[in-house]
Amino acid sequence: MPPLSVDYFMVLSAILFTIGLLGIFLNHKSLIHILMSLELLLLSVSLNFVGFSAAWGDLSGQIFALFILTIAAAEAAIGIAIVVVFYRARVTIDIDVADRLRG
Amino acid sequence: MIAPLLFVLFSLVIIGGAIAVITTRNPVHAVLFLVLVFINAAGIMVIGTAEFLALLLVVVYAGAVAVLFLFVVMMLDLRLAKEKDTPLSGFRRNPALWVIGLCIGMLLAAELVAVALSWDSLSTGMPPRLQTPIPADIPNIEAIGRVLYTDYLIPFQLAGLVLLLAMIAAIVLTLRHRDGVKRQNIAVQNTRSVEGVRLVDLRGKSKQP
Repeated sequence: MPPLSVDYFMVLSAILFTIGLLGIFLNHKSLIHILMSLELLLLSVSLNFVGFSAAWGDLSGQIFALFILTIAAAEAAIGIAIVVVFYRARVTIDIDVADRLRG
Repeated sequence: MIAPLLFVLFSLVIIGGAIAVITTRNPVHAVLFLVLVFINAAGIMVIGTAEFLALLLVVVYAGAVAVLFLFVVMMLDLRLAKEKDTPLSGFRRNPALWVIGLCIGMLLAAELVAVALSWDSLSTGMPPRLQTPIPADIPNIEAIGRVLYTDYLIPFQLAGLVLLLAMIAAIVLTLRHRDGVKRQNIAVQNTRSVEGVRLVDLRGKSKQP
């Protein structure tokens, strides 16, 4: 089977990245939604890496997608920990409440 | 040609799921849509001949990260936002955000799609210099293992270090010391002498050993 053209991957990745970014811009309520939008952004980048890896026959794209997965997992863990700490302090995860540095 | 059809199918589910993730009000539904997106992205990766990454995506993302999200969402006991507080309600409160957000989003999408569509005309015609060509005769996971533990050994170890750092950071952030909790102090317990032990009768009469 010939490898799929890289255009497919790039268009999908562009749309997914835009949706993730739009999710961050649109969202004015919940920290959890912003974290999930970040996951979408990282996923679109990994898809782009995989598409180029398949189109060029180079394995290093898959390796870097693996590293992106690692970073995304670490980011999710720390982000969720911060959400939990924020919830303990304010009893909500509303973005509008997170408007001062100390309190 | 079944691959482009499958790709388009998976892509449509991914796009729909992603839109649902950023627009649903209920965080549990959003997490479940995120799982849908990840599993279909695994299908995309299978089409892109990255079988190991597809498996990893299902196990790590759908299995671990999404469950972590679900766990936290349910643990935090979030009151569902009121009817008017959809994720889009920031736009309704401040209509200028529509213009700004739409401009940024459309600009970004137009740029990315333009680059993608003009990719062939941008290429110089020379074959790319491959860092690690995909071997034809061994499975994907074996090929990854061969380069991951040799050529990419130091980045691999650094990735492990990042995960360790994330683990320590998450524990330190959420650790909470409570007052009034009786704890076992093993060092003190092990260093006390036999003479210091005093048996106490719980009914009130104390006796020496």
